[in-house]
Amino acid sequence: MIFGRSERGKPPVEPVTLKILVAGGFGVGKTTLVGAVSEIRPLRTEELLTEAGRPVDDTSGVEGKRTTTVAMDFGRITLREDLVLYLFGTPGQERFWFMWDELSEGALGAVVLADTRRLEDCFAAVDYFERRSIPFLVGVNCFEGADRYPAEDIRQALDLDSDVPLLLCDARDRESVKEILIGVVQHAMAFQADRRETVTT
Amino acid sequence: MTRGRTTSAAQHRLDLIAVVVAEPHADDPEADSTLSPEHVDIVGLCRHAPQSVAELSAELDLPIGVVRVLIGDLVDSEFVHVNRPVPPAELVDESILRDVINGLRAL
Ligand SMILES: Nc1nc2c(ncn2[C@@H]2O[C@H](COP(=O)(O)OP(=O)(O)O)[C@@H](O)[C@H]2O)c(=O)[nH]1
Ligand SMILES: [Mg+2]
Repeated sequence: MIFGRSERGKPPVEPVTLKILVAGGFGVGKTTLVGAVSEIRPLRTEELLTEAGRPVDDTSGVEGKRTTTVAMDFGRITLREDLVLYLFGTPGQERFWFMWDELSEGALGAVVLADTRRLEDCFAAVDYFERRSIPFLVGVNCFEGADRYPAEDIRQALDLDSDVPLLLCDARDRESVKEILIGVVQHAMAFQADRRETVTT
Repeated sequence: MTRGRTTSAAQHRLDLIAVVVAEPHADDPEADSTLSPEHVDIVGLCRHAPQSVAELSAELDLPIGVVRVLIGDLVDSEFVHVNRPVPPAELVDESILRDVINGLRAL
């Protein structure tokens, strides 16, 4: 809660805020990754969804309707006094796609975290970001004890487009996570440049 | 607390990273009998420093939908204003992306 805390008399800085999503299956290391770079311990926020997966925006009769609570973890990185980046760990299940839509609107890009022992857990996320043209990269979280595979094999198993970066990482390691996030933003830049070209030519 | 109200249709759903800023010259929210304790808490947190919608939800332990309604009330009664995040079209602005990369490198 400390960004832009004002000195006496000075109006508080109203920062520009940005977000990057961290998607992937349960237990793949999303919260760990957020915590490795966040200046606050990951916070938790909840959204109520109706049975159809739509967000509930009121409290009328919620008790009567069947709702699901979806929790999201998030962290914060103050890049500059006036520039703050939020990282959101998004629940992996496809049925929460309304929430994904909401989260991904205006996102700089996304990280899809993968565990080579359960690659299928991230198919839904890869699919989602591909279809919505949201720039993303795949971070393979290298757990000890998991077999190492050549990046090319993982790309094939995920059926990744050749321009989607795939990086190996350790979600617990701050430097490793920094590289991942920088990779996302660099990819977003290249992605935008490509799109501009497609539009103008 | 939200008395069953929904957010008005005109009020586009507030992004989780929209920033809520206290209006410096607003009255004391505790003196306003139309406000709930949760409204007062939001104003209090935002007076300390501007807060994102996600942070307010986490801090008050309230679902996002509820926090959105409460913020809407506070905007209507001019206790706070909301800064919406960078619109998607402007994220193509290379200078913002470069600032983010440099900021991350410097961490
Ligand atoms: N060995 C190892 N353990 C990890 C790594 N990343 C996460 N974990 C552990 O895996 C478990 C699940 O991680 P978590 O971040 O909660 O996963 P989430 O469900 O995707 O948020 C936790 O016990 C973490 O400590 C990693 O890179 N290596
Ligand atoms: Mg988690």
